[in-house]
Amino acid sequence: MARPGLTDERSRGTATMSRTELLADGGNERRRRRLRRWLTITLFLLPALVLFMLLVLAPIVIAGYASFFKWNGLGGPPTDYVGLDNFRTLLSDEVFHQDLWHAVVLVGLSLVVQLPLALGIALLLNQRFRGRAVFRVVFFAPYVLSEVIAGVLFTILFDPETGVKFAQGWLADPNTVLYALFIVLTWKYFGFHMIIYLAGRQNVPQELLDAAATDGATGWQQFRHVTLPLLGPTIRISVFLSIIGVIQLFDMVWVLTTGGPVHGSETLAVTMFNFGFKRFQVGYASAISMSMFVISLVFALIYQRFVMRRDVQGAITVMGNQG
Amino acid sequence: MLSLTRRSVALGAAAMLALAGCGGGGGDKGGSSGGGGGAKKVTIEWWHIQNTVPLRPVWDQIAKQYMAQHPNVTIKIQPIENEAFKAKLTTTTQSGKAPDLFQTWGGGVLKQQADAGLVKDLTQDVQPWIGNLQQIALKPYTIDGKLYGLPFDNGMVGFWYNKKLFKQAGIDTPPTTWTGLLDDVKKLKSAGVTPIAVAGKAKWPEMYYWSYLALRIGGANVFANANNDFSGPAFVQAGQKLKELADLQPFQKGYLGADYDTPNGQAATVGLSKAAMELMGQWAPSVEEAQSNKKLGDDLGFFPFPTVEGGKGQITDAFGGGNGFAVGKDAPPQTIDFLKYFLSVQSQQMAAATGAILPTAKGAETALKDPRALEVLKTVSGASAFQLYLDQAYAPAVGQEVNDQVSALVAGKASPQQVAEAITKTAKSQ
Repeated sequence: MARPGLTDERSRGTATMSRTELLADGGNERRRRRLRRWLTITLFLLPALVLFMLLVLAPIVIAGYASFFKWNGLGGPPTDYVGLDNFRTLLSDEVFHQDLWHAVVLVGLSLVVQLPLALGIALLLNQRFRGRAVFRVVFFAPYVLSEVIAGVLFTILFDPETGVKFAQGWLADPNTVLYALFIVLTWKYFGFHMIIYLAGRQNVPQELLDAAATDGATGWQQFRHVTLPLLGPTIRISVFLSIIGVIQLFDMVWVLTTGGPVHGSETLAVTMFNFGFKRFQVGYASAISMSMFVISLVFALIYQRFVMRRDVQGAITVMGNQG
Repeated sequence: MLSLTRRSVALGAAAMLALAGCGGGGGDKGGSSGGGGGAKKVTIEWWHIQNTVPLRPVWDQIAKQYMAQHPNVTIKIQPIENEAFKAKLTTTTQSGKAPDLFQTWGGGVLKQQADAGLVKDLTQDVQPWIGNLQQIALKPYTIDGKLYGLPFDNGMVGFWYNKKLFKQAGIDTPPTTWTGLLDDVKKLKSAGVTPIAVAGKAKWPEMYYWSYLALRIGGANVFANANNDFSGPAFVQAGQKLKELADLQPFQKGYLGADYDTPNGQAATVGLSKAAMELMGQWAPSVEEAQSNKKLGDDLGFFPFPTVEGGKGQITDAFGGGNGFAVGKDAPPQTIDFLKYFLSVQSQQMAAATGAILPTAKGAETALKDPRALEVLKTVSGASAFQLYLDQAYAPAVGQEVNDQVSALVAGKASPQQVAEAITKTAKSQ
């Protein structure tokens, strides 16, 4: 910080100036400098900012605008203003309620089954043993596979006639389809969470575990009181990604079932697509997308504010508190 | 500093080049849209959904022949898969643009496009030669007395059945009444044969049953007279009759997850003789063959949808539709000339020879090799009345609601009454 010192020296040298003049001069200088700094920041941010506005903010604003209209998306901008009608219809729509319920079920199952599974395998794969690298690759491989390919593979596995014996026709039954979908999602995404956990586990210092062992901690106690707390930030981010992923789930469902049978596996995004691109009710579809946006945003803010508070110091939601 | 300058010069040059490129492109486009005829170069952008064999190469060939005769015309062909086409067209039309020549099924969607001013009114332009086409096929493309599209394919829905499997169950002649059909379903079941294949994932094949039942019960004009009210007795009874059928569990295992034209879908199930019949349009034999790699040949027969006892409809009232092309509002005038060439007897014969369409040009039917195709064509051209597929006759929202509701009914998740009410609600909100 050489510059503040410079100012000091100069102000001392101009002792004849009145106090107010002095202050004004220093203020001007500071303001000019701050302006230049902001100018630099703006200039460097501009390309990213323009793209962000064009590709992220503008579509959100347009969708928000369209959600107040009855609009089939054809021939120019919407004109038939209906106020909150789209949202009213949405809130009373049974399919929308089902979508929300499906999201709750999938999130619940993910938290109870998928993430613990990923964590367990990550801890196993952290042990030293022959062929460890091979297993890591094998478990991570499904994540690299394209959604469509994975989906088609599983439609073959679940085929009512020729599929795997015990799983035949699971996708064709409204009562089992959601769980079949969850199996596919787990298979596809647990590798991703596993890799995050593995990276997190490798950041846990060996000394701490050694120290705990010296103090007589059992394997379970070491995990419970050393590894798990230190994995906290990793687990919190993986839970976050998992939930956001469920809220926006589309492609896998589309390939597997297109949301059927009888809306049995429909998600918010699938409903939105159906209304936007099959029923041409673009205004209503925009209302669905706005509700998805609001749900994601509210969840993200609350989660960051209360759960990931210490992990994301400096992020928007906590900036005020940190001063 | 020097290097910086040099770099900016290079950058500037690149930018100029890019701009020049854009300018060139813009110039071409301007030429195409402003082309009034003569030797001016024009480009016709053509989106079609016949993206696989057998029709794709035929379309390519017809376009090539036309371009050879008209060197100033370039036809840019974009074959797009059905669902992808709908999504792509939606995004394009949102900006107020439309391709020069694109797939249409007529009905409600075409009406929306016409209302939005996206498609050209063809009535005057095609006046001199429209008589070459079958008149009944033009009905779905005529909106408020104006013609907004032209069909290259028109047919109807009926039962395609496996004669061998019917014989195996002791059925000699196909049913002509609904009760007869239910009896035959029972006979097939007790003979260990899956009576019907249906695509519960695709939903629209289920809609055919409900639509036909409503037509047979309420008469040929039941949909035309419905006036967005589908809660009348004809529609509720149609649901009840369909439920009678569904309660017999006549469909293949896992039908709720089955698609139409996939290797384990509805068409393949019939093609592989795993089910005795399907209710499907004129394209059924070719899709069965393509998806199962087997030829049923003479074992495959066609019978019209049976009448319902006490209903007002006749067995000759047809339910169906086809495929056509609409012309975008900014399309060059050559587009209509190409459409004329495309619908000439010669071109239509080439397409008909593949067996994938039923031609609409009078005289092109001689190219049909399949006697069953000819039978369907004769039935539809001699039909006492014609109703377009519901998911195309109505605005897309209503059509999809019909599909969704009928699918729920077949799955036992909605009552005939609920189905009728839900469709009415959607129709009234449009």
